[in-house]
Amino acid sequence: MAFTNYILVCGGTGCESSKSDQIFKNLIAECEAQGLKDTVQVVKTGCFGFCEQGPIVKILPEDSFYVRVSPEDAKELISEHIVKGREVKRLLYNRDESKKRARVEDIEFYQKQFRIVLRNCGVINPENIDEYIARDGYKALERALFDMKPEDIINELKAAGLRGRGGAGFPTWMKWNFTKQAAGDVKYIVCNADEGDPGAYMDRSTLEGDPHSIIEAMTIAGIAVGANQGYIYIRAEYPLAIKRLQIAMEQSRGYGLLGKDILGSGFDFDIEIRLGAGAFVCGEETALLASIEGERGMPKPRPPFPATKGLWGCPTVINNVETWANVPVIISRGGDWFAKIGTEDSKGTKVFALTGKIRNSGLVEVPMGTTLREIVYDIGGGIPGNKAFKAVQTGGPSGGVITADYLDTPIDYSQLQKLGSIMGSGGMIVMDEDDCIVDVAKFYLGFTVEESCGKCAPCRVGGRTLYNILDRITKGEGEMEDIEKLKTIGKAMQKASLCGLGQTSPNPVMSTLHYFGDEYKAHIKDKRCPAGKCKPLISYHILADKCIGCGVCARKCPVHAINGERRQLHEIDHDICIKCGECYKACKFDAVYVR
Amino acid sequence: MAKMTLEELRKLRDSKKKELNKRDVADKNIQIIVGMGTCGIAAGAKETLDAFLQELDEKKLTEKVMVTQTGCMGLCYVEPTVEVIMPDMPDVIYGKVDAEVARKIVRKHIQGKALVNDHIYDRPAADIVE
Ligand SMILES: Cc1cc2nc3c(=O)[nH]c(=O)nc-3n(C[C@H](O)[C@H](O)[C@H](O)COP(=O)(O)O)c2cc1C
Ligand code: SF4
Ligand code: SF4
Ligand code: FES
Ligand code: FES
Repeated sequence: MAFTNYILVCGGTGCESSKSDQIFKNLIAECEAQGLKDTVQVVKTGCFGFCEQGPIVKILPEDSFYVRVSPEDAKELISEHIVKGREVKRLLYNRDESKKRARVEDIEFYQKQFRIVLRNCGVINPENIDEYIARDGYKALERALFDMKPEDIINELKAAGLRGRGGAGFPTWMKWNFTKQAAGDVKYIVCNADEGDPGAYMDRSTLEGDPHSIIEAMTIAGIAVGANQGYIYIRAEYPLAIKRLQIAMEQSRGYGLLGKDILGSGFDFDIEIRLGAGAFVCGEETALLASIEGERGMPKPRPPFPATKGLWGCPTVINNVETWANVPVIISRGGDWFAKIGTEDSKGTKVFALTGKIRNSGLVEVPMGTTLREIVYDIGGGIPGNKAFKAVQTGGPSGGVITADYLDTPIDYSQLQKLGSIMGSGGMIVMDEDDCIVDVAKFYLGFTVEESCGKCAPCRVGGRTLYNILDRITKGEGEMEDIEKLKTIGKAMQKASLCGLGQTSPNPVMSTLHYFGDEYKAHIKDKRCPAGKCKPLISYHILADKCIGCGVCARKCPVHAINGERRQLHEIDHDICIKCGECYKACKFDAVYVR
Repeated sequence: MAKMTLEELRKLRDSKKKELNKRDVADKNIQIIVGMGTCGIAAGAKETLDAFLQELDEKKLTEKVMVTQTGCMGLCYVEPTVEVIMPDMPDVIYGKVDAEVARKIVRKHIQGKALVNDHIYDRPAADIVE
């Protein structure tokens, strides 16, 4: 027995709430009624991520994608599509008559995601070089070695408009060109795989899923600038990525795609892996280079920039993993092809690590210019538990927050900057109404204070002072002057710190002050945490008109702070209460609330 | 394999491309691809992989089925993720595949040619390689 058709009905939360369950039942009933039980299998699936158009029904093997289906449509889907083999046009997502059918790839929602960097992740076996080669791997290397001159390679990058994905967004071709033109016989290529941002893991996933793309890209850069040695600086906490890189390098050496006389061209290039101990500041390029040289990873003032004076004083190209992953595609497909994707000032795609209060967390690769709303709602499936969207933190500890008012901003380097945040490496943390903005700022600052190398005073002292002020505010000990102090110290750090770490660490504070000034004031003036998160500022209460006197809360309370007669209103003794929240969780009548 | 020339690389690519499209490796025409990125492994992909190998062994299917691994599919919220490719069945990505579901996939999908309810998720993005 084998089925001829499979009907997939979305059983995700979004579709379920619009009756997908009934659709599912009706489809099964209809199949039975028409004697199709043994030839059609109806299956309930997980969320397709396209909740906006739900309920979704997909029919295989035709791959027909039906949207906004209602329970009444079940009959027609079976008798038309299954029995007569005619698609039900009015329900197809793509109602464009010229196209035969709406295949998943034709749907713009899935086009909202477009995989360049992650093209091979989840598709090939990263430990098998043949699979990489089968997906056009090392084709760009062929071109770079045999069909192009070094300046052609750089021109291709220029046409592509690729900018650095490690944070600052510097044009990649320009960097390579500086190194190419710099004097000296010995030059180096470096891959920055430090990935220090909390919440970001796209570089790790790229290395784990597609290590050869980085090797190929670095070799191409070697050809372009005249370097014969590369280094991949990767944190030791990424053992799987390291292992896969090692396997990949071994295999490509075996094939003659890395090492001496690559593909018989006479060009030599090899790569070494250098392990970092996982300090955030070691991701900063000058500190990273110092660390490779065996020194302590501390930043140095720039200029001179690494492009002209880097590793051991030699011209060095240093790029981020995601930047590298774009290079082979640009070389094999051409810069013009790449430049068609994205916005005027930011070309190509960006990978985001979507986490926090979001239904579909994961890695999302979208063309530049996609709006935040598309990412959060269409791709991310929105916020779980019917909570309200509060903000998105982008750019990790060096970034800021974006509020609901700006959900429709197309995301690229300049737009984010205008909003007081940055692209950073692409961590994207979604917050809902239960997240306290002061607490969030404190979290990021806590991170950078810990990670400061301590070399310069603005960062070392300023960061600590900012942190202490935020800490006081969350404890209800803040004063109105604190807001001015935060701003003054923050500005001073931005100006006077030696490296990007200190210069950017006040960003989360500045950005949240700008958008959520009222929430700071609530903490300081009213001694109140609107999100109900800062323990010293909240208290638990029982609503007289909702409490039925069941006594469940009193039994749960670990410190016996709740008193009351059976069937009578219960009360909380705030002198005893330790704010554990157990009563809030226990009450079945929503009588307990946080203030 | 010894070092390659340009011609050999191109030849290899052509032959492997056909193979990858069919995913048919040395007579094993059924493929189970397990997402083994860090988040996959953290979610238990190793146990999933073991369960597949065990169940295939028990059902005497090792001759026909090839189990391989790949990186992050981007669907980290439903790890462990598994893609099953076989003739006469649509390519399917399953999510939340623990050891028990893995065994079910072998019995139901591979042997019974029926999809496993509740565990299907879709590929998150179109990609550029034809
Ligand atoms: C404190 C600090 C931390 C950084 N961490 C990283 C990192 O983890 N990964 C990274 O690629 N770039 C990081 N950068 C940016 C690098 O200094 C550098 O700009 C980047 O590697 C250049 O590559 P790109 O042009 O490809 O973006 C960091 C910068 C600063 C100031
Ligand atoms: S607090 Fe809740 S559980 Fe306790 S008596 Fe009142 S309603 Fe009942
Ligand atoms: S918050 Fe905790 S300690 Fe306080 S009354 Fe409620 S359950 Fe008891
Ligand atoms: S819940 Fe159905 S597509 Fe998301
Ligand atoms: S590592 Fe598996 S989907 Fe992310």
